[in-house]
Amino acid sequence: MAFEEILRQTRSLLCLDCGKCTGTCPVTRVDPTYSPRATIERVLAGRPEELINNDHLWACLTCRLCTTRCPSGVDYPAFVVAARVQARGTGVEGTYAHNAVMQELMGLMTLPVKQNRTGWVSGQMRTAAQGEDFYFVGCLPYFDVIFADLGVVSTEVARNTVRLLNRLGITPVVSDDERCCGSDLLLNGDEVGFRRLAELNVRTIAESGAKRVIFSCPECYNAFRNDYPRVIGPLPFEVVHLTELLAEHVGELGLGGLEETVTYHDPCRLGRYQGIYEEPRALIQAIPGLELVEMRKNRAQGLCCGTTGWVNCGQCAKGIQITRLRQAQATGATRMITACPKCRIHFTCALNDVGEEIPIEVEDLTGLLARSMEE
Amino acid sequence: MGEFRPRIVVFACNWCSYAGADLAGVSRMQYPPTTRVIRVMCSGRVTPGFILESFRQGADGVLVTGCHPGDCHYISGNEKALATVERTKRLLHLLGLETDRLRLEWISAAEGARFARVMTQFTEQVRALGPSPLTEHATRSTQYATRDTPHHR
Repeated sequence: MAFEEILRQTRSLLCLDCGKCTGTCPVTRVDPTYSPRATIERVLAGRPEELINNDHLWACLTCRLCTTRCPSGVDYPAFVVAARVQARGTGVEGTYAHNAVMQELMGLMTLPVKQNRTGWVSGQMRTAAQGEDFYFVGCLPYFDVIFADLGVVSTEVARNTVRLLNRLGITPVVSDDERCCGSDLLLNGDEVGFRRLAELNVRTIAESGAKRVIFSCPECYNAFRNDYPRVIGPLPFEVVHLTELLAEHVGELGLGGLEETVTYHDPCRLGRYQGIYEEPRALIQAIPGLELVEMRKNRAQGLCCGTTGWVNCGQCAKGIQITRLRQAQATGATRMITACPKCRIHFTCALNDVGEEIPIEVEDLTGLLARSMEE
Repeated sequence: MGEFRPRIVVFACNWCSYAGADLAGVSRMQYPPTTRVIRVMCSGRVTPGFILESFRQGADGVLVTGCHPGDCHYISGNEKALATVERTKRLLHLLGLETDRLRLEWISAAEGARFARVMTQFTEQVRALGPSPLTEHATRSTQYATRDTPHHR
C-alpha cells in the first residue's frame, strides 16, 4: 500500500494539526520528543522516509487513546501499523524486547511444528478434542517459560478459564495445533507471517467442529475480531471474550465472598478496541463483600500498560507502568485486576523493579473469580 | 541423496571453546564436516532467540559451548548460558522439537581432542533424530533461498 492510500484509509488526510493526540499520548508524557501529530505531518508533507528510518515509528503503543480524542477521527494506530508494514518491506525493523525470542517463536509457529502446548491441563478439568466451543489459549504456555524469572505463572489464567467454563457446563476444546494469533507479528509490520498464522488457526478451529471461540486474552480476541476478517475474510465461527460470556451467566458461577478492595485496569484491546468496559466490572462487583474502586483514569481514558508487540520496552514503558501503578495505589486498593495476561506480565515486571514502594498486587480477573468460586 | 548429514550450528566462546576448535583444526583432528561455528565473545551472549533463529533457518541441531564452570573470562557468563539452554529446551519442547537437538558443552582452549569428540558424538546424536521437521519445510520454501548445500539430503 502506498503512503497516499494509508493516509486516506486511516483518515490521516483529515488531520487538523490540533495536537490533541500529542497532548494525550502516554509516550509523549515520558518522551517529549515523540509526537503523533508531527509524525503524521511528516508523511503528509511527502517525507515518509523520515518516519520509516526513525525510532519513533516503533514508539507508538497502539493504545488508541489519541483516537478517542481526535476530532477528525484519525486512526493513528492503524496508520502506524500500516507504516510499519512499509518499513519492514524496506528491511527496517524495530528493536525487539527479550532478544526477539517472541518474534522467533511467532516465526517458528508459521512453520509446520507439532507443538506440545496443552501440558497445563490437569486431571480435574474437562476439555475435549472436538466440540462446539473452542478455547483459544494464546501464548500463555510460552510466557511461563520466558517470564519465569518474574514469578508470573501465565497458564494459571488458562487453568482458571477452563474451571470457570466447566462451572457453566461448557467443555471447551483445547488444541496442541493452536498457533500464536499473530497480533504482535502484525504490530511488528509482518503481514505475511500474520496471514499465515491466521490461516493455520482458522483451519485448526474449523477442524475441531467449533461454532464459537472463547478468548481469555484481549489481544487474541481483537486479532480474530478485527484483523482476521480484514486479512483472510469472514470467519466460519463466532468469537467471544470470556468476560462477555461470564457476565451473561454470572449467577451460575456460584461466587463466594471476598473481603477486599480492588481496582480494575482496562486493557487497551478489550476497552478502547472492543468497547468492553462494563462486563469485567459487573463480574468483579458480583463478588459479595468485594469493593471495586476506580482509578482516576478509567474506561476509555485508561492508561496503557506501556508495551505492545514485544518491541518498545524500555525506560518509557517503565515510566508509563509506574504512573499507572501509582494511580492504582492512590485508590487505596490492595489489588489491581486486569483482564489481559500481557498487562499482568508488564505490571509485575515494573513492580519487581520498584519493590516495596508500591504495595499493590496485580491479578488476572480469572484468578480473582476462581478464588471467589472456591469460597 | 545419500546419508543424512545434519546441519549443526555451534556457538563457541572466544576465550575457551573457539580456541579449542582452533586447536582441533591445527592439530588435524578429524570430526564430521557438519558444523557451522559462530564465535561469540562469551557463551552468556547466546540467547534463546539465537538458538530459535538457528532452528528457524533450518539447523538440525544447535551446540552451545563455553568455558568450564569457574573458568569464564567474564566470571559467570557460562552460568547464564546454562540457564539459557535449560530455558530454551523448555521452549523447544513446547514447539514439539526434540530437546536432544540442543546441547551444552564446556570445552577449554586446551581440549582440541574433546572438541572433536563432542562434534562426532553430537553429530551422531542429531543423525539418530533425523532431519528437523522445520528443515524439511525450509528447503522447500523460497523464504530460505539463500541456504547453502540443500543437496546434502
